[in-house]
Amino acid sequence: MTAATIIITVLGVTASLALYRVIFGPTSWDRLIAVNLISSKVIMIMVAAAVFFERRIYLDVALVYAIIGFVSIIAISKFLEGEDR
Amino acid sequence: MIAYLFIFLGLVFMFFGTLGIIRFPDIYTRLQASSKCDAAGAVALLIGLMMREGLNSFSLRILIILIFLLLTNPVATHAIARSAAIRGIKPWVKKKNVKGE
Repeated sequence: MTAATIIITVLGVTASLALYRVIFGPTSWDRLIAVNLISSKVIMIMVAAAVFFERRIYLDVALVYAIIGFVSIIAISKFLEGEDR
Repeated sequence: MIAYLFIFLGLVFMFFGTLGIIRFPDIYTRLQASSKCDAAGAVALLIGLMMREGLNSFSLRILIILIFLLLTNPVATHAIARSAAIRGIKPWVKKKNVKGE
């Protein structure tokens, strides 16, 4: 068990646990919160893989994924806000 | 070795944030747990990875990702809470015991 295996396993298992709130969430905002959390964990997994496995291109992928996730969260929350503006 | 201490701290914050997402009863309380998980856990884990990497250009790139996450996570949390409050979601309150009151 190396350190990379432990880190990526813990982050993946906690992301899978947060998927429970995406499936069974009572309202749409609960699903949005859980999707935000899973997006943050995927960024952490990419940075850990870039550091431990010497794959430097994953850092750029993580940065672009963070930008797209932020824009999508803002857009969906403005969409759920209502039809006026 | 202090890098692995920071990484362990980040993993602990991530685990308890996910536990709060599953167990808390309301949107706003879940949002609070998620925000702490994002900010503290991500910052601690990325600082640990930067310490393990050393001082070079890739470590600087990890620092750019860290600053971006630190700027955008509170904005996303605030947007979700504002959207839920405008649509009239009431905060969760504990039920009063009728016999005791």
